[in-house]
Amino acid sequence: MSSSHPNDNFNLARKAQALSLRAKLIQNIRLFFIRHNFLEVETPLRIPAPAPEEHIEAITSGDWFLQTSPELCMKRLLAAGYSRIFQISKCFRAEERGSRHLPEFTMLEWYVAQFDYSQLMDQCETMLIAVLNNMGYDQDILWQSRKISLTSPWEKITVVDAFSQYAPISLQEALHQDKFDEIMVEYIEPRLGIDRPTFIYDYPAKMAALAKIKKGDPNVAERFELYIGGLELANGFSELTEAREQRQRFEEASEARAAKYWARYPLPEKFLTALEHLPPCAGIALGIDRLAMILANTDKIDDVVAFTPETL
Amino acid sequence: MYTASDLKKGLRMKIDNEPYIITEFNFVKPGKGQALYRSKLKNMVTGSQFERTFRSVDTFEPADLREKKMQYLYKEGDKYCFMDSENYEQVYLTEVQVGDSKNFLIDNIEAEILLFEDKPIGISLPNFVDLIVTEAEPWAKGDTVSGATKPVKVQTGYTIFVPTFVTEGEKIRIDTRTGEYLTRVKG
Repeated sequence: MSSSHPNDNFNLARKAQALSLRAKLIQNIRLFFIRHNFLEVETPLRIPAPAPEEHIEAITSGDWFLQTSPELCMKRLLAAGYSRIFQISKCFRAEERGSRHLPEFTMLEWYVAQFDYSQLMDQCETMLIAVLNNMGYDQDILWQSRKISLTSPWEKITVVDAFSQYAPISLQEALHQDKFDEIMVEYIEPRLGIDRPTFIYDYPAKMAALAKIKKGDPNVAERFELYIGGLELANGFSELTEAREQRQRFEEASEARAAKYWARYPLPEKFLTALEHLPPCAGIALGIDRLAMILANTDKIDDVVAFTPETL
Repeated sequence: MYTASDLKKGLRMKIDNEPYIITEFNFVKPGKGQALYRSKLKNMVTGSQFERTFRSVDTFEPADLREKKMQYLYKEGDKYCFMDSENYEQVYLTEVQVGDSKNFLIDNIEAEILLFEDKPIGISLPNFVDLIVTEAEPWAKGDTVSGATKPVKVQTGYTIFVPTFVTEGEKIRIDTRTGEYLTRVKG
C-alpha cells in the first residue's frame, strides 16, 4: 500500500459534507429512540458463537468471532425483560465488498416487546420521517436524480405480489428454479422505493432463519425489508420465540454451510436457552451507511465513511 | 480456473469457446440472500455485450490471450495482413477486427496483435501515430478565428479535423485512442 500522500487528505476533506450528514443522522436517530423511551444498549462486538446463517460469514477474532449483527445478545436482553432497546454498533461480514457493501459497517438495531412485524414497519416509517423532518427533509428527498416522497403511508407490497408485478416468473417458479436472489437483484430491487419508500414483506419461510412463521401460512415468514430508491435499507421481522424450532433451523443452516465448506460455528447455547423466555417481539436492523448514502445523494458507500479497508 | 473472488473489471475469460472481457462489475447481495456478482461482458471477437449474474460457487475458464508485436504489410480485399517480426509468419485480420485502427494503418507500422488461442482477433496501435496530410483546403489568409478547424484527409484516407493553419504535405500527430489531432510534426 502506498504511504501517506497529499491526495489522502484531499479525499478525506472532500467527504466533509457527507460525514457531517452522517453524524447528524446518527444524533437524530439516537434522539428519537431516547424520546420514545428506548434504552440504548451496548453488546460485545466479539462473540463466541454467531448465528449460523447460510449466506453470512463471520470474521474470526482469535478463537471467537466479530459479530455479524447484535441480534443474539439483544434478544437475550429482551428475554430478561428489557422491552424497548436499541443499539448503534459496528457489524462485520467476511467477503462483502461492493459499491453498497463494506465488510465493516454500522447497523442500527432495535427491538420492541409485544410488537409484530406490521407494527414495526409502522414504527420504522414513523422514526425515519421524524428523523428526516428534523434534518430538514420535509416532503421528499432527492436521490440519484429521483424525487422520493416521504409522505405517509409508504408503499407496502408482499414478496409474491412484487414477483408477479415486476419479475418475468412467479415467486413459486423462482423458488423452484433456484433463482430467487437473481430475480430479486435484477428485476425487483430496482423497482422498490422509487416514488416513495417501499416495505416488501412476507418472505418465503426458508429465507428468514430467525423469524416467526406467519399464522395460517407455513410457507411464509413474518419478515420485511425496507427499500428507498432501489437501495435496501432495513430488514425486520416478528421474532421466532420457540427454542426448539430455532435450534433446528440453526442446525439446518449449519449443514448448508458445511456443504459449501464454510466454518462450523458452535451453537449459541445461551441464546437458545434464553429464547424460552423471549416474549412475543419484533426487531429490525437498519444500515446506517446506506441511509447516509441516501442523504448524501450518492450510490457509493465509500462516500459516506471516512475510511474504507482499501484506504487504510 | 477462476473463482468468483477473481472477478473484476478487465478480467478475461472463456465462455462457450469465445473470449470475453468484463467491462462492468459489482458485488451485490439481496437481504439475507447469497452473494452475487453482476457483470457486463463483452465478446472480444464480435464486440457484442451481455449482462450476467454469477454466484460465488461459479468457476470460470481463463481465456488464452496474448499480444504479439507485428508489422502491418498490406491490405488484400477486406483482409489486413500483418507479419510476425520474429518468425516472419503472416496473419490476417478482418475489417471488423481491425475496427477504427484502419484509419491509422500505414505500411510497416508496428502493432500489437491480440491472439486468442493463437488465432488473431484484434489489434492495438501505439497511442500516437504521425501521418501526412494528403488533401487540405488552403489556409485562407485572414482566417484567424482561434480554435477554428477544417477537415483534411491523411494518407490512410481518414478525414480529421485540424486547425486551419495545417497545410497539405505536412505531417501531423494523431492520438489513435480518440482519433483526434494533437500537433504538427516537423520533418
